[in-house]
Amino acid sequence: MSRPLHTVVCLKVVPKSEEVQVDRESMTLDRTKARSEINPPDMNALEMALSLKDCYGGRVSLLSMGPPFVAAYLRMGIAMGADDAYLLSDRAFGGADTLATSLTLASAVRKIGGSDLVLCGEESSDGATAQVPPGIAAWLNIPQATYALSIAVEEEGFAFVTREIQGGEEDLAVPLPAVVSVKVGVNEPRFMDIDRLHNADQLSPVSVWTAADLDVDPGAIGIGGSPTTVAGLRTATTGGGRRRQVLSGTPDEKAALIYEEIMRYLGVTTPAT
Amino acid sequence: MPESLYGPGEASGIWVFLEHEDGEIVPVSRELLGKARELAGRSESSLTGLVMGNDVEDVAAKASRLDLDRVLTVPHPRLEPFTAEANSFAAAAAIRAQRPDVLLMGATPYGRDLAGRLAVMLQTGLTADCTDLDLEPDSGLLLGEVSGFGGDILAMIKCERRRPQMATVRPGVFAETGHRRAAPAPIDTFAVDVPAQAVPVRVLARRKHHGVDISRAGRLVIAGRGVQGEMSLVESLARVLDAEVGATRVAVDEGWIGRDRQIGQTGIVVRPGLAIVCGASGATQFTVGIDKAGLVVALNQDPEAPIFEQADLCVVEDLFPVVRALLARFESEGAMPS
Repeated sequence: MSRPLHTVVCLKVVPKSEEVQVDRESMTLDRTKARSEINPPDMNALEMALSLKDCYGGRVSLLSMGPPFVAAYLRMGIAMGADDAYLLSDRAFGGADTLATSLTLASAVRKIGGSDLVLCGEESSDGATAQVPPGIAAWLNIPQATYALSIAVEEEGFAFVTREIQGGEEDLAVPLPAVVSVKVGVNEPRFMDIDRLHNADQLSPVSVWTAADLDVDPGAIGIGGSPTTVAGLRTATTGGGRRRQVLSGTPDEKAALIYEEIMRYLGVTTPAT
Repeated sequence: MPESLYGPGEASGIWVFLEHEDGEIVPVSRELLGKARELAGRSESSLTGLVMGNDVEDVAAKASRLDLDRVLTVPHPRLEPFTAEANSFAAAAAIRAQRPDVLLMGATPYGRDLAGRLAVMLQTGLTADCTDLDLEPDSGLLLGEVSGFGGDILAMIKCERRRPQMATVRPGVFAETGHRRAAPAPIDTFAVDVPAQAVPVRVLARRKHHGVDISRAGRLVIAGRGVQGEMSLVESLARVLDAEVGATRVAVDEGWIGRDRQIGQTGIVVRPGLAIVCGASGATQFTVGIDKAGLVVALNQDPEAPIFEQADLCVVEDLFPVVRALLARFESEGAMPS
């Protein structure tokens, strides 16, 4: 590999899942008390991009869609070593399902001028469906590789990707440009450089783009461009039929009760003790 | 909104993508057929099993004995080994030609790769990782149930105007019915040419782990935070019970066990007969994964732990002495019945 690599990393800022409160009466999510973070799997994608840059040289661009406050998180990515950042921020993008979201991100990749690689986290902690990376690849009509464990660009124009599949792994030769989603937990994201954080705006101010900045059909983005809609909501009722029998006694006595219940459940008659 | 390639008025039938591996149809596809049969009965639709690949005759013959009305094969040498690009190209051609109303796929790595790409190519809606499927009364639209943040809220998602209505479902969500046809279903073939440029990715090597698939485990011992990394105790109990070891997200994030054993919303949905849950607090993200278990035994020293809402037998106690005593009991009684 001789040529430096340009990588666009898609980052999503999400509320910390353990801090989101659910109002079971109104069936709404209260995110006001939840702090935000970069979707943890996306941090693995960012680290992958930065280590590719360490290895081959080139440039790492950050791309996110969200409210203006997301710019602060993109500056954290700049502080980790990214070169520039783009924030898609417009109410017109809101309410998008995966079809409209992947179109919006793909349009921004085009506007950035394309790249050798588009890296994404495996899935988002709030949606957890892993369908946006293949969607971006389809909109850009370029190849995809998901659940990547490692990426090497040893030959001009190809990424060699080892990826996870059901019960195993496979090695792929993927022609560039391509979209690659990175398996969660494959690396340890590096720390921010505090000097870079303080100077992030001088190093590279976050470019904020609205829908008008993208070459995209306004009817194809946001809620209007989303074919799926919510037909109804209900609260989860797991475990409704459970016995909830609290066992008493010493640890040995409790173990004996569990033993008997298990044997009874499995249809085995236990000798009287 | 850009136009759908075909609309509701032109669409009919339910299709299930039958993923296959080493000549066998994978469990999640067979699970989906059971649910799809129920939906097809209610909507008076026909049920088609879609088999893609090279040399698909044997798989198609096996599929034709399952509970469906028709097998549609889409054979081409370039469809194997699986790549999302080639398979989405061929599937899109078949779908445009035959216009199914509903397309269901397993939320496996290949199924998700294919679904995400295909939904964009077909300009339609995809409801991913459904925890249930239903039909909307009156409209008959497919409803995909997905769990929202933390799993406490369930949303029913529909796709009104675009076709096919696409959904993926994780392994283990539906039970396999085991229904089989007396006479084989008819097998149709859709001829497609897959040009070389539709297959940009080369699969250089494929390695299978000889790991377990815990979504099929009949018995599970599950480690949560309270196990504090003492996995040998959990593993010993699993061994005497002839059970597999599962884990909560915390136990996986701590590095005590591999992510392939993580249970819950972002892990695997299991339906074991027996689940012994050690030291898990019982966050909804986790408990959605064991909701379909038979007998649930929970151990946690915190009497307020939500896991006890989801358990049949509740042990409010330091788990270690109880698990050791239980282990000793099973060891002294000899082998477990299988």
